[in-house]
Amino acid sequence: MLSLYRPGTSPVHRARAGLKLAGLAALGTGLFAVPRIEVVLAALAAVLATGLLLGRLPAGALWAQVRPVWLLLAGLFGFHLLVTDALTGTVAVLRLLALVLAAAVVTATTRVTELVAVVEWLLRPLEVVGVRPARVGLLVAMTLRFIPVVAERAARIREAQAARGASGVRLGLLVPLLVQVLQLAHTLGEALDARGADDVPVRRPRRA
Amino acid sequence: MRWGRPGAGAAGTAPPLPRTDVELREVTHAYGDRTVLTGVSLTLTESRIGVIGANGSGKSTFARLLNGLVVPTAGTVLVDGLDTRTQAREVRRRVGFVFQDPDAQIVHPTVAEDVAFGLTNQGVPAGEIARRVDEVLVAYGLDGHRDHPAHLLSGGQKQLLAIAGVLVMAPQRVVFDEPTTLLDLRNTRRVARVVDGLEQDVVVVTHHLELLAGFDRVLVFEDGRVAADGTPAETVPWYVARCG
Amino acid sequence: MKTRDLAYVALFAAIVAVLGQFPPVPVPGIPVPITAQTLGVMLAGSVLGARRGALALLLFLTVVALGVPLLASGAGGLGVFVGPTAGYLYSWPVAAFVIGWLTERFWRRYNLAWALVANLIGGIAVIYAIGIPFTSLYADIPLSASAVGALAFVPGDVVKAVAASVVAVAVRRAYPVIELPTRRATAG
Repeated sequence: MLSLYRPGTSPVHRARAGLKLAGLAALGTGLFAVPRIEVVLAALAAVLATGLLLGRLPAGALWAQVRPVWLLLAGLFGFHLLVTDALTGTVAVLRLLALVLAAAVVTATTRVTELVAVVEWLLRPLEVVGVRPARVGLLVAMTLRFIPVVAERAARIREAQAARGASGVRLGLLVPLLVQVLQLAHTLGEALDARGADDVPVRRPRRA
Repeated sequence: MRWGRPGAGAAGTAPPLPRTDVELREVTHAYGDRTVLTGVSLTLTESRIGVIGANGSGKSTFARLLNGLVVPTAGTVLVDGLDTRTQAREVRRRVGFVFQDPDAQIVHPTVAEDVAFGLTNQGVPAGEIARRVDEVLVAYGLDGHRDHPAHLLSGGQKQLLAIAGVLVMAPQRVVFDEPTTLLDLRNTRRVARVVDGLEQDVVVVTHHLELLAGFDRVLVFEDGRVAADGTPAETVPWYVARCG
Repeated sequence: MKTRDLAYVALFAAIVAVLGQFPPVPVPGIPVPITAQTLGVMLAGSVLGARRGALALLLFLTVVALGVPLLASGAGGLGVFVGPTAGYLYSWPVAAFVIGWLTERFWRRYNLAWALVANLIGGIAVIYAIGIPFTSLYADIPLSASAVGALAFVPGDVVKAVAASVVAVAVRRAYPVIELPTRRATAG
């Protein structure tokens, strides 16, 4: 599964994932606390410098994450021109642009495993209420593992239905797909048990 | 009895594996109001045991009882004297399980990560995990695929990966639930050779009767009971005749 | 959480991802093409129930945040979580939870009508109740403008709620997960 991570050895790549995420959070909070054009412009410049110069990322890596929100931002600016004024609009739009770019820098310079480790660390306080942080990594891995499996099963069902004369019935695809996936989940649960995923002492089987 | 078989998956340096005996005492199992096994009592000590029978005869449930994936509604299953109901984790370390559909038991996106999964769960140190994973990947011809996405493997390779992921945990007995049902002839033979070469004791549930040549014992299931129990020569022709 | 619940959660996160890759369907009379991803939100709640449904969506969003571009728009990474419409993403686990919670309440008499009630409340009301104010605050526009912008998506979401309800009722008949009175048999 393709990740948006771009391998590299820059200082930004080597910075700790937790630090980068904390920086992103601080930036988000700061930009909303101080909605002033000079602050927003400075933040935008700092983010671009961090990503392009310090992190040596190709501009395309950042653009890839701006593209999905590009139209929205343009529309937002147009709206502000009509309703409020150009300055408010510029602040609102550039603020979001800076944040999206900063997030893109973190995503492009941080390995998935490092981010998973941060998520597990953040969840650690929840251990007292029974959350097992170590499972986050397993769940993420399982999701990535099963996306192609589910896609393949969907394609196979579509073929089978086409062979029987159905065409483009999407709803009809979903019921057999979900049932197959639920059956798969049942066996997968057994396989996790068989391979020792349930390491912590468990309650005894409740069903007899 | 087969001792000291050439171990395709074993570390090579390890001493002969201890045997794992399984005893079923008056085992009955029901899913809701549907009873799938009735009063089965058996002691499994042989190294090569086959299980055959029609769909719905209780074979798969029987297989799952052997390592505690399913606990009996009534009766007891003991693995080396350990009750599967109360000591499931200890039992599962001794008895590995390979499922029919490899897609359902490969849990990590890439080959080497998946093989390491069981060892990680057992808390094996990282260095030893790397060594054992390498050994198993070489043994099953998967060493050229270690960082490949699992979903790009062929059906046969996926089943070999699934088997590798179980054998790396060094169980003493391995239960195979129809390991070749989804495979073509060539891959069926490949998996059969792997099963044959295992140093571990095995229980193989299958519809491929030719896999059972040379086995020590074959159980025939019918309507949740053991209808026949003996050598392949005694049971397989009887089963074939009964299937009409 | 039992290991089987882990399997359900991971596989449903995968389903939501796969639904996002389905090509958008243009429907006559509806201004924006329908993507199937929020269908996954509704199905997760309707099929898995509150807890597992919400966790499946949390997991899906986590994988997106980790940098895997799984959203229907082709987007991924942390950027989408700080974009102007991020509120809609944040609403998904809540929506799945509400749908699941309602579905569990309706489970004994569950049919198309009850399924529709759950999916309209959780899959539309909850999502807009979170998404609209978020965009308004975040993009510094009035609530009404944010709401008007969202209106274009309502017809498509109603179509999805109906679709999810039809599917959920059929899946409940074939393979009920929310209430498992007995362990399901495996072939053999």
